[in-house]
Amino acid sequence: MSFTLEGVGFTHANGHRALAGVDLRVAAGERVALIGASGAGKTTLLRVLAASLRPGSGRVELLGSAPWDVSPRDLRRLRARIGVVHQAPPIPPRQRVVTAVLAGRLGQWPLWKSLASLVLPVDPEGARRELARLDLAERLYDRCDRLSGGQLQRVALARVLYQQPELLLADEPVSAMDPALSELTVALLNDEARRRGVTLVASLHAVDLALRHFPRVVGVKDGSILFDLPAAEVNEALLRELYAAEGGLPLAGPPLPSSSPDAVPAAGSLPPLRCA
Amino acid sequence: MSAAHRDPAALPRLGWTLTALVLLWPLLQLADFRPAALFEPGNLAAMGNFLAGFLPLETSPDFLALLGRATVDTLAMATAGIAVAVLLAVPLGIVLTRSLSVAAIGPGRAGWVGQLLRAASRGLLAVLRGVPELVWALLFVRVFGLGPAAGVLALGITYGGMLGKVYGEILESTDARPARSLLEAGSGRLAALAYGLVPNAARELLSYTVYRWECAVRASVVMGFVGAGGLGQLMDQSMKMLNGGEAATILATFLVLVLAADGVSETLRRRMA
Amino acid sequence: MSRRAGVSGTAVLAVGLLLAAVAGSFAWLDMPLAALFTATAVEEAGGFVARFFPPDLAPDFIAKVGWAALETLAISLVSTLLAALAGALLALPAAGRHGLAGRHAARFALNLLRSVPELVWATLMVLAAGLGPFAGTLALALHTTGVLGRLFAEALENSPPTPAEALAGGGAPALVTFLYGTLPLVAPQWLAYALYRWEMNIRMAAILGFVGAGGLGALLYYSLSLFQEAQASTVIIAMLAMAVAVDGASAWLRRRAGA
Repeated sequence: MSFTLEGVGFTHANGHRALAGVDLRVAAGERVALIGASGAGKTTLLRVLAASLRPGSGRVELLGSAPWDVSPRDLRRLRARIGVVHQAPPIPPRQRVVTAVLAGRLGQWPLWKSLASLVLPVDPEGARRELARLDLAERLYDRCDRLSGGQLQRVALARVLYQQPELLLADEPVSAMDPALSELTVALLNDEARRRGVTLVASLHAVDLALRHFPRVVGVKDGSILFDLPAAEVNEALLRELYAAEGGLPLAGPPLPSSSPDAVPAAGSLPPLRCA
Repeated sequence: MSAAHRDPAALPRLGWTLTALVLLWPLLQLADFRPAALFEPGNLAAMGNFLAGFLPLETSPDFLALLGRATVDTLAMATAGIAVAVLLAVPLGIVLTRSLSVAAIGPGRAGWVGQLLRAASRGLLAVLRGVPELVWALLFVRVFGLGPAAGVLALGITYGGMLGKVYGEILESTDARPARSLLEAGSGRLAALAYGLVPNAARELLSYTVYRWECAVRASVVMGFVGAGGLGQLMDQSMKMLNGGEAATILATFLVLVLAADGVSETLRRRMA
Repeated sequence: MSRRAGVSGTAVLAVGLLLAAVAGSFAWLDMPLAALFTATAVEEAGGFVARFFPPDLAPDFIAKVGWAALETLAISLVSTLLAALAGALLALPAAGRHGLAGRHAARFALNLLRSVPELVWATLMVLAAGLGPFAGTLALALHTTGVLGRLFAEALENSPPTPAEALAGGGAPALVTFLYGTLPLVAPQWLAYALYRWEMNIRMAAILGFVGAGGLGALLYYSLSLFQEAQASTVIIAMLAMAVAVDGASAWLRRRAGA
């Protein structure tokens, strides 16, 4: 089991209930997409999975340990085994690409190694290998502020891959990209996860991307899990219920002629609709 | 292969680090950097006795009267100094402002006279503010004798140099069109300044002057160390007599005065903004 | 701009108060303004100024001034360096990174350091460390720590927290998180502030000698006390040259770092 959540609930300081009674079990090597309207609780759920947010109630078990019962030192070790891809690449603009990628293993390295790497990168070959898979090897010694937005997001991805996490989390990793790049990036995330046998949980705003690339799809609504199904069993009725508040399905692909309500297509081949 | 993979920043970094290390050693020697000196028995005893004398604070009525007078002296020196500085800075600042140049808008006298004048005022301002106020004060004490007059003139000259430069910059950066159209309509430079530039720049000019007043309060506090009166002189005497109680009271007054000037200046500037 | 056509009452009051304060200041100080402009005073001042020319350019005195100038440069550099280190250390708690109590304590310390003028610190440090450049270095470092610490803390508070949060979320220890996630964001600003303070400190270092803290100031004080105006004039020229040189070096470094 990669992780287990039982009855997890969380209420923000302002009284907003972000999660309520969430049960979720994911086995090692599974690839899961979280979908749902904005504000449904996807980000909060991912932060609980990243061991960076302590839920108000329920039981959390990540990679075989209970993050909130262990010592701070062990919690840090646990976090070093979890990789997170953020919506906006969290990289200082003036940092060099090589440093930004190597920063993926700061949680694993001893202090002297992290400090030494600041002066002279200790593992440029490792960074180059990850960048090469993303077509960025020749930018190894460039400064990050010389890269385009898409390139920067790939650097952030290279950092997480270099970390070699056992659990890979992604919070809306493609929300700032155009459809073609989104497709490519989500495919890449899945390929890497499959190749390394890593558990992948990604929240996605675009439903079609989730259904095309992930075997298992979890719908989150109002802080609870509405459905948890194989991608092929997700139908349009479920999706309409999931996005009832938004008045339409958010998709990444190009627009299509609208489908008639009585002809519910299989979710796996759901025609991409224009978002409202 | 390995040459192509080498970090291009490695050599420069090594070079800079070595340069810094090589330079640091003589610098530390020159600055006589030896923290151990702080812990030498003689220095420890001197400082210890002095600090022990801090409490109780000196609060005898005689001393407080002296302190009060010195405080007012300090404030008056700062205010009078800024007044002198403004008198000095306004004409020089105006001369510096290119948007008030009549020659620039059309045929008439050659522009080089104005340019020469501007260069000369810029040089004068640089010298005025380039020499620290305490050096001016030291010089003026030699001419006018001990007392606040030297401090006022020193502040006036240094701050006149700073204000003049900044006044010129502020006037330059304000929208020149109103002044230009006034000049083109045949009005004089002062009229163009008063009706064309000042209305737009007034707040910034005032705000910077208030800020400089705050700095002048800090500066006039130390003027006394070269004999220009005020709190500094009192401090100097107390330090020379190693009177910890007096020094502590004066230090506390310093703090209150500087923080109060900070506060007054900030409120004034916020109200103007 | 102004909503009223006429001049408001408060403005008139403010101008009145201002003029009264200035007049009051001159009256209180009892300055012999009239005496300043009598023929004898002008003549005396003229004579005084004339004694500064020509500057003393004797080789052995130039060597002395050169040495003192180097000492002044060293005082300004070492003190700025020390202050940047200490300021950075105090800026972390002052920006609220170690809780509210730490924030208040650090801010209080910074305000205290900053409010005491350099020259007052110098008189105290002469007592603590003995006469000489080390006292001047400490005095400048103490005051500058207060100034830089506050500026550094402001830069920290305005920098985006996400890079550091991401690293901490990946299990990196606090020091490493700061060095990889926060420092690269604030470094250019911190460097600019430190260089700017260096420009101020070279000027201050030149006058700390007045209270026995080494450098050019001591030389100026002695030569003026001994009525050696020609030598004083050489020292003042050296001070000006140092200030101009440091301004240039600082501007060059800033440009390089910004590129």
